[in-house]
Amino acid sequence: MTTSTTSTAAPPTTGIINPHATGTSLANQVGLLARRSVRSSLSSPAGYMPGIVMPLILLTINSSGLSAATRIPGFPADRYLDFAIVITFMQSALFATSSAGLGLVRDIESGFLDRLALTPMRAGALVVAQISGAIAIALGASLVYISIMFITQVDFHTGPLGVLALLGLSMWTAFSFATIGAWIALRSGESEALQGIFPLLFATLFLSTTNMPRDLIQADWFRAITRVNPVSYMVDAMRSLIITGWDGRVLLEGAGVLLAVSLIGVAGCARSLRRRMAKA
Amino acid sequence: MNETFLASRAIAWRHLYKWISVPANFMPTFIFPLIFFTGFAGALGKLGDVRGFDYPASYASWMFVFSLLQTCLFGGLATGFTIAGDFQTGFMRRLMLAVGHRNAILFGYMLSTFVRAALMSAIVTGVAFIAGLQMLGGPLQIGGMYVLALSLSLVGTMWAAGVMFRARDPQLGPAMQIPMFLAVFMAPVFVPLDVLQGWLHGAASINPVSYIMTANRQLLAGQAADVLPAVLAVAGLFVVLLAWALTGVRSAERAGG
Repeated sequence: MTTSTTSTAAPPTTGIINPHATGTSLANQVGLLARRSVRSSLSSPAGYMPGIVMPLILLTINSSGLSAATRIPGFPADRYLDFAIVITFMQSALFATSSAGLGLVRDIESGFLDRLALTPMRAGALVVAQISGAIAIALGASLVYISIMFITQVDFHTGPLGVLALLGLSMWTAFSFATIGAWIALRSGESEALQGIFPLLFATLFLSTTNMPRDLIQADWFRAITRVNPVSYMVDAMRSLIITGWDGRVLLEGAGVLLAVSLIGVAGCARSLRRRMAKA
Repeated sequence: MNETFLASRAIAWRHLYKWISVPANFMPTFIFPLIFFTGFAGALGKLGDVRGFDYPASYASWMFVFSLLQTCLFGGLATGFTIAGDFQTGFMRRLMLAVGHRNAILFGYMLSTFVRAALMSAIVTGVAFIAGLQMLGGPLQIGGMYVLALSLSLVGTMWAAGVMFRARDPQLGPAMQIPMFLAVFMAPVFVPLDVLQGWLHGAASINPVSYIMTANRQLLAGQAADVLPAVLAVAGLFVVLLAWALTGVRSAERAGG
């Protein structure tokens, strides 16, 4: 009788996190939590708007301020805008580090992750969901930037397929940075650690080939930095689609770096999550 | 008057102590200008070869002036966030109860930002020397360059304080950051004003920061400097933004801190 009562009791239907409501497959769990993550991010425009607007302001000013660079012999584009627009995609990908990481830190600090351990939900689903939420915001930003490319008539050398490839690369870049953000969040559980890492990521962007092709960089020390900076290869791969055409070597280098960063990020997340859940 | 000074000094000391003792506060204020400097000076040296760019010192020297001004001006932004944080924690309410002359609060923040900007300028100068900074001006010219730059730390603080005494919420930080960001970048940052083209040339021609940037570059290179327009620009900004900041303090008073 008791069993019957228990089995017929209606499962809770309220709340976002209710594994009984739509089944408990990992995909469903991720879907539920990702919706929560995106909703939480979008609920505060002050949180995500600067990440979309600031790169555009910087692009507008720099593409005019640095237009003289196109007069340097060997500069690969007729307009600096064509050369520089890729920076906006990189900046929105960088932003994924903090949006994925801060979302997770909030869940750790509020005890949500610990409470999740008491439910049939897998903790890994929360991590994947926060990363998905960050990628969704990066996707929105990338679509804005692609629209701007069309409006400003950027000379896109690889055609419509190249636009899709650019979108794919920018999403992969956002994913790899988001895994790094999630890893730091899981490892430290503190927002200060994430805020501390952001200047470092910002530095990797500026100390790369974002503002000038490597061949035209005069300072030897800076050229050397761009060679060892993985961001240079990500930027060059995305940029080649716009200003060069299909360049297999550059795209392979970019994909290789992205694969390496993603694997490091995912492995770091998995390891830190295991440790955190063992403590919970 | 004495009470105002004592209160300002105490507020400045607390602000400086918080800045130095909390790495999360300290690091961004000096890392970001250094990133901009090394990123731009390292990557864009070839711009010095462009026709019309006839600056006698190195391109690192050219970008150093931009970074110095950015360091001083953006120091005010960090102070703006401190003010917003003090409102959020309730500290500002207690401060307003404790300090008889409320303008002393503003002057305290200005004093600490000035001291901080001087320290940051020394660090940026040291890094710039490693990256190839050349100081061709005499001691008086170099001194004048630093005075002009440091005066922008007061200007930046008054702007940020004016915003945050009104907004009292760090979420509204972009309202404080974006105009300052535009003021710094809509100037002859990478190339001389004559080499700039299009809308940016027009915007930079009327931007007061452009006059300060140009004069500072001339002072650094030991050239005959257009100091008067730069001094007038600083004075104009000072008067307007002092009024903006003081009315901000009044607004916070009316709101009850």
